Amino acid sequence: MILELITYLLKFIGIILLQILVVDNIELSSYINPYIYISFILLLPVTIKPWHALSLAFICGAVVDALSSTPGLHIAASVLLAYVRIHYLRFATTKEDTESRIRPSMSKKGIVWFVFYCFTMTLVHHTFLFFLEIYGFQEFFSTLLRIIFSTLVTVLMIVVGQLLFYNTKINNG
Amino acid sequence: MRNLIFFIYRYHVFFIFFVLEIAAFVIIFRFNNYQKASFLNYTNGVAGNFYNGVSNTQEYFNLRRVNDSLQLENARLRSQQITSYYRNNISISNINDTVYKQQYDYIAAQVVNNSVTKRNNYITLNRGRAHGIEKEMGVISENGIVGIVMNVSDHYCTVLSLLNSNCKISAKLQKSGAFGSLVWDGGDPRFARLLDVNKHVPIKVGDLVITSNFSTIFPEGLPIGKISEHSLDAGDNFHTINIDLFTDFSTVSTVYVIRNLFKQEQQALEQTLPTDKK
Repeated sequence: MILELITYLLKFIGIILLQILVVDNIELSSYINPYIYISFILLLPVTIKPWHALSLAFICGAVVDALSSTPGLHIAASVLLAYVRIHYLRFATTKEDTESRIRPSMSKKGIVWFVFYCFTMTLVHHTFLFFLEIYGFQEFFSTLLRIIFSTLVTVLMIVVGQLLFYNTKINNG
Repeated sequence: MRNLIFFIYRYHVFFIFFVLEIAAFVIIFRFNNYQKASFLNYTNGVAGNFYNGVSNTQEYFNLRRVNDSLQLENARLRSQQITSYYRNNISISNINDTVYKQQYDYIAAQVVNNSVTKRNNYITLNRGRAHGIEKEMGVISENGIVGIVMNVSDHYCTVLSLLNSNCKISAKLQKSGAFGSLVWDGGDPRFARLLDVNKHVPIKVGDLVITSNFSTIFPEGLPIGKISEHSLDAGDNFHTINIDLFTDFSTVSTVYVIRNLFKQEQQALEQTLPTDKK
């Protein structure tokens, strides 16, 4: 249990550092702002208590906010993400998944399931975040493009990260 | 009562979600207005230290020292320049024999964190309260203007970059003196837009855009950029103007913070004006 906590803490620090030091400095285009820190929330165990997930999302958002000078934006988006995730997983997991306490990962659930899960969740997060960032709908189409491109890049990064860091066989299920 | 508790227990996830979202929105609406921002004041010190460490590892140590001394010299020279003095010779008192009185002071600073691709970009500098920096001071680079100081901690400050939707800077065309406001509408960090220039004002590509004398933040006449493209839609009262910014935000590293020594005086005077009843 303690070991599990420490690994999660290290993962948390690692993903935030990766976000702030590397990903935020990738200046491909102003339409591509990937936020990979959300993979910390996405990869929490399926069986985690809902209020734990929500509080962790809050903390995660607060740290990112503090480091990128945006008060509250990331908190609001991550908490929404954690909430939607709870409901999504309720429908998208089987009883065995919950009994074996798995994490929603590519190796356990297959690449199609995982990519679809990441894509839906990232889309929710980015849509909320980018519209909140501009405070309304006045730059609707350029924001929509930002959301689509950023979501695709974020999903790509998370999937590649899974392939790199978890050496697992993928069952194409 | 028992039903109520049962109800709350049944939907406790939603309630927690609701409370946390409310908390997030309170933070957003209380602190997003950059004049009132103080949330960032608490986090500024920590984040500043962090970014400073990062930026240290990215720089050559020697180069940095040489740069610093050059920059200090530059700042000193700049504050001796004739443009940073206020002309005092209209004054009726001839007892005071100084014709020029210093109005602007320049403080050299290094960029320790910066972004250009977000919709709202911020810059962190390694100078703070200890070096005399306060909120709402202007920041310029050697080429043109950069932004406005937003939050200050003891040794760092965050700057509202020109590349931010909350940033609106009063500018004018050098040739005609027509005023407009400069905003950035996302997209390419090399270009911004000049709004509210009336259609009767003649403009052409290549015209220089400079800061106006309306603000207490920037001295008049600092270069901002030049017109790269303009159009006038039928039925529109204002020109649509794109500006090629002189400051390269993606590489900006050494900047100067401008201190207006007369700011308090001007603002105190303007506060005595009668305001419209609402």
